[in-house]
Formats: sequence, C-alpha cells, structure tokens
Amino acid sequence: MSDTVSGLLTIGVLVAALAASHLPLGAWLARVFTDEHHWRVERLVYRLCRVDPSSEQRWTTYAVAVLGVSVVGIALLSGLVVAQGALPLARGAAMGWDTALNTAVSFVTNTNWQSYAGESGASPLVQTVGLTVQNFVSPAVGLAVAVALVRGLARSGGATVGNFWVDLVRGCVRVLLPLALVGAVVLLLGGVVQNLGAPTTVTTVSGGSQVIQGGLVASQEAIKLLGTNGGGYFNANSAHPFENPNAVTNLVQVFLMLVIPFSLPRTYGLLVGDRRQGWAVLGFMATLWGLMVAAVTWAEVSASVGPLGAMEGKEVRFGVWSSALFGASTTGTSTGAVNSLHESYSALGGGGVLFSMLLGEVSPGGVGSGLYGALLLALLTVFVSGLMVGRTPELLGKQVGRREITLTALALLVMPALVLVFTGVGMVAPIVSSQMLATGPHGLTEVMYAYVSAANNNGSAFAGFSADTPYTNLTLALCMLLGRFVPIVLVLALAGALVAQRRRPATSGSLPTHTPTFAGLFVGVAVVVTGLTFFPALALGPLAEALS
Amino acid sequence: MTNVIKQSVAGLRALLVLTVLLGLLYPAAVWVVGQTVARDQAAGSLVSVDGSVVGSSLLGQQWSGDQWFQGRPSASGYSGETSGGSNLAGSALGDEVARRADAAGLTVGAVPADALTASASGLDPHISPAYAVAQVERVAAARGLDATRVRQLVGAHTEDRIAGFLGEPHVDVLELNLALARLTAIGRG
Repeated sequence: MSDTVSGLLTIGVLVAALAASHLPLGAWLARVFTDEHHWRVERLVYRLCRVDPSSEQRWTTYAVAVLGVSVVGIALLSGLVVAQGALPLARGAAMGWDTALNTAVSFVTNTNWQSYAGESGASPLVQTVGLTVQNFVSPAVGLAVAVALVRGLARSGGATVGNFWVDLVRGCVRVLLPLALVGAVVLLLGGVVQNLGAPTTVTTVSGGSQVIQGGLVASQEAIKLLGTNGGGYFNANSAHPFENPNAVTNLVQVFLMLVIPFSLPRTYGLLVGDRRQGWAVLGFMATLWGLMVAAVTWAEVSASVGPLGAMEGKEVRFGVWSSALFGASTTGTSTGAVNSLHESYSALGGGGVLFSMLLGEVSPGGVGSGLYGALLLALLTVFVSGLMVGRTPELLGKQVGRREITLTALALLVMPALVLVFTGVGMVAPIVSSQMLATGPHGLTEVMYAYVSAANNNGSAFAGFSADTPYTNLTLALCMLLGRFVPIVLVLALAGALVAQRRRPATSGSLPTHTPTFAGLFVGVAVVVTGLTFFPALALGPLAEALS
Repeated sequence: MTNVIKQSVAGLRALLVLTVLLGLLYPAAVWVVGQTVARDQAAGSLVSVDGSVVGSSLLGQQWSGDQWFQGRPSASGYSGETSGGSNLAGSALGDEVARRADAAGLTVGAVPADALTASASGLDPHISPAYAVAQVERVAAARGLDATRVRQLVGAHTEDRIAGFLGEPHVDVLELNLALARLTAIGRG
C-alpha cells in the first residue's frame, strides 16, 4: 500500500468516526446544559461549594464567576508549582518563579504552553493534582461560556444566561470525566504508561545507560487531548513513545482533540431549536479543517521527495501523513500537542500550521472556545452581508445593532493586536532575538509562532525558541491571559445584550443563516479577515522562506 | 465587591472539590485499571534479558559498534531525561545533516531519510525497513554471520502498517538487535 492510500484511508476512518459521534454527543451536550435535574454527586459538589444550583445569573455575575475561578486557579497552581520541591514526590523537579507563573496561567487559560520540560520541571504531584485538574476545568469553562452565548441567542427577552457553577460542574462530571476515562483506558491498552515509579536507570544492551521515566501519563494524556489542552507529560509531548506509542493511539489522539469541538454545532442547533443552524456552523468548521489538513499535508508530502524525506522532527511510526494530520488538527483545535516538530516542517508546512491558528481557533477550535469564536464570526458575517444587500443584520431573530457589533469586533481584534504588537516588539528587542534558534524569515516565524500560540491559547511551539526567560515568560503569560479572558468577558457581555432582546419573527427581509451560501460567505469572511490582518507578517516569514 | 468575593470563594471551594474528583480519584481509577488489565503497558513495556531490565520496547536506545543495527540520529542522545528533537530547518538543518553523515560514514541521498534525520522525541524506537536492510551487510560482516540469515531476521522483524493501513512499516531496533544477539549466541554455541 502506498503512503498516499494509507494516509487517505486514515483520514477517512477519522472522518467516519467523527461523523458517527457528533450527533449523539452533540445531543448529549444539549441535554446536559438543559437538564432540570441534578445528579447526586453534583448536589454534593454544590453543597460543598455553597452555591445554589437553581439560581440563574446575569452575564455580569457569570463573568465574575469565570474570572473568580480562574484567578483562584492561577494562584493555587502557581503556589503548588513553586512549593513542589517541599511536597511529596518532588523528585528534583523545579521551576523558577516566572516559569511557575507562566505555567499556571498557561494551564488555566487552556493554552498549555510549556516553558519547562516535563521530565525535569513538574513533579508527579504537580502533574496530577495541579495540571490534570486544570486540564478538566479550563475546557469546562470554555464550554460554559459557549453555552451562555447560545442561551443569549436562544432565549427571548430574558435577563439571565445560566448558572456558571452548574455549567462548570456538569461539563466536568457529565462530559469530560466519562469521555476521559474511556480515552485513558484505550490509550493505556495501546501502551501509554500509568505508574508511580521513579525514573530508573538501566544498562542498555550495548553497554550504555538510559533513564526510563514513569508517571500517571495515560490519565493526563486523555484529558490533554479531549479538553484541547495540549500540555505534554514529557517534553516531546505526543511524539514521546510513552505518550503516543503507535499509529492507533495517534489516531485516537487526533479523534479526541476533534470530537467535542465538532459536536458542539449540533448542540447549538438543538439549543436554538433549529438544527439547520448547527449544520451551517459545522460546514464552516469542517471546510476550514479540511482545507488546513489538505494544505499542511500537501506541503509536507511535497517536501518529502528530497533526500531527507521531510523526516527531520518526525517519528518513523507516524511518517509524513499522520504527522501532518496531527499538526493541522492540533493547531485548528487550540490543543497545541505535537507528534512532530513544527519548526522542522517545510516553510509552507510551518506556515500552514501557523495559519491554522491565525484563523482564530475556529477550525473547529477549542472545547467551547471554538463555538463561541465561530459564532462571533457568524455575527460579523451577518453584519457584513446585511450591509452588502441592504438588509437588517440579524441572527436567529436577534438584531446585530451597534452594541452587539462593537462587542463582536472588539472580541475578534484582541488576538491580532496581541500578536502583532508582541511580535513586532520581539523583532526589535535584543532580549528576544538572542533566544531565537533560527535566523532570517524562519526566525521571524519562530517568534511570531510563539505569540500567536499564546494569544490563541493553542500552546504548540516552534520549539527552537528558548522561551524560558523572565521577559518571554511574562509577555507570553500576558498574551495568554488577555487572549483568553478579554474575549470571554466580551462574549458574555454579548450574551447579556442578546438575551435581553425579544426574538423577532423571520420575515422575507431576513437573511437566512443556514444555507450553503451563508456558510460559504462565513468561510470567506474568516479567511479574508485573517488574510488581511496577517498577510504582511506571513509574507515576511513563511512566504519569504518558501520563495528563497 | 461582595459579589466578587462571594464568587471567588465559591471558585476556591469548587477547585478543591474538583481536585479530589479529577486530580486524585480519576488518575487512581485509571491506575487501578492498568494494574488489573494492562500491567505490562502501564509499567512501560519493559524488556528484560536474563532477569534484568535492559530497556523498553517503546524507547529507542544508543547502539555502539558496527555489530548492532543503528537507530536514527537523536538530538538528545537517546536520553530518557530530556526528550526532544533538533528543531532545525533549512540551511541549518542541511549543515547538521552533513555533520551527521560525516560522523556515521554515510552519504546524503544514498541512504534512506531516517538514517540521517533526528526524530521529534529523540527516542524513536524504530527505523524504516529500507534502512534496516541497508545495514545488513555491515552487521553480518562484523559478526561473521551469513548476510542472508541476517536479512531474514530483518524480514521477520519488519512490522507492516497496523491493520494494513495505519502508520508506516517499521522495524523495532531493540527487538531486532536482541534477536541478533540470540542468533549469534546460537552460532557460537
């Protein structure tokens, strides 16, 4: 069998699995967030947290709760990381204060950028009770915010958008935990390790020595992918054979990254009472994902005709096709796990995974953040097309007025502003250029990739960049914080503005938002906005490198 | 302001409760499953010779001497303490590959790609079947074995794509070398 047939079959199996799962999972998610009843374990959690699960919150309280749990999360996690040397299972792991802060922000914002190497930076205790917990909580926060926005569209003339604590706990208990358990057991059977053994040194066959690591890896790995987190137990992330031992576990990992983001359009359709709306969003996400997979695969396969076969930074068991599929999916979902080194990709392949993030993490995006990102672009598309044909811009009977479009535009502008400002500063600041591995256009791509990854809460890296210095740790942490929470607050404000509106009946003057025409326009707006914003920077980086 | 404090305190309590559920009970449950149905995988698929662990079938290791099949170049020297790759690209990668070729006595373009490229993990346990075949003559000569016999051994250790289409055909270097050592021992005995 040729590599091409094998690669296409692999993608075919993945698409079939996603097609089979998105309807039941999407329906389950819709039920989870509308169910009147609380599970017994959830009641216990609410009692311990002293929150009233039957009360509803206005968007302001909802936003305060999101920020509250996140600020406390950053404080607890950075404290745990700083103190790890004095706690059990320390095993010599250590981070400086700036790295600890960067790591805490990174895991709480669902970015999972890692300035540290897993083997030496984080103790098993930190990995398990610190990082694994945020790997659940941060996607559950994203899910909650997305559901709040959908409630804004679905409810008519209301004042409240839900109860954050109920949404958070249900996301963890009913969605992420059961799926992660199944995923972890599958990965474990495939060979991913799960033990508490200390690193042991063995004498190898030809007389050398090698340290063999242990760790509770399988449990961390499943939620790393399912929650579109991406922070590896080991430095090499999903390229490490203990995290991702073979082609089957690799396919399972790609599936886990995509399954919730691709199911959420169905949830959206069900919650707004019009499944066709969900199909339009799914069509938008799937088109962009398909285009990015095709582009990255084409770039890497084209590069593989040379004597090096495009195999630098790739594993033999995955080869070029499964590496490119993973690369396009991890950057399109805001996961940021890697099974191959993006910095060693061809100029266009590296530019492809960068572009995949620059789209704003909507192809299909992170858990929750992908859906609210896509809905922001849908509002923008409605507005633009309304202006073009002279109709009142509205989505699902909710008018996109001055307040709504201002909030939408601001939310969409946060990421480009952070990326361009910090990359620009990085290019002139000697403190940054001394940390670059590459020079010339590849060096620009390396620095830009870091800030794009942070501002989009992706977490993958052009890993030659030595990011573990106070300046980079702090600026990247700032990008992660602002890139996550400014859009979240704006999205919740938008939910508040929309929920207050009465739903207007559709008239012959309304623009339908479920048609293929609309979905096409939707894709066009995403690509044009990204292209216009970033073309100059891309021309100086990956495009210049590809042409030279 | 009271609302901010109230919600933050609820956040603190929620995180503590969720830590018990997701940070302790969940990993413990997966650990128990590992201990009952997948002990070998959970421990790291360790490989023993005469009762002592010599490595993991999932991790590549450094092989010194012409009598062993060589794995791929590793940016981390197959260290288990710092996994990772070179992160090189473009002309910097070209220079590094030329250096690797010099050190190994190989010619760029005359050997399979994996012979001169470093993996992402630095611990790649596999090489391509083509690179294994390319090493047969050297290994057979160094061990005084019949090349046909060694070639057969490579064939027996070549694993096809999983289910016929997933991943790439590959040879596990540790398993191949252990079989080679047994073959040599029999030859001497």
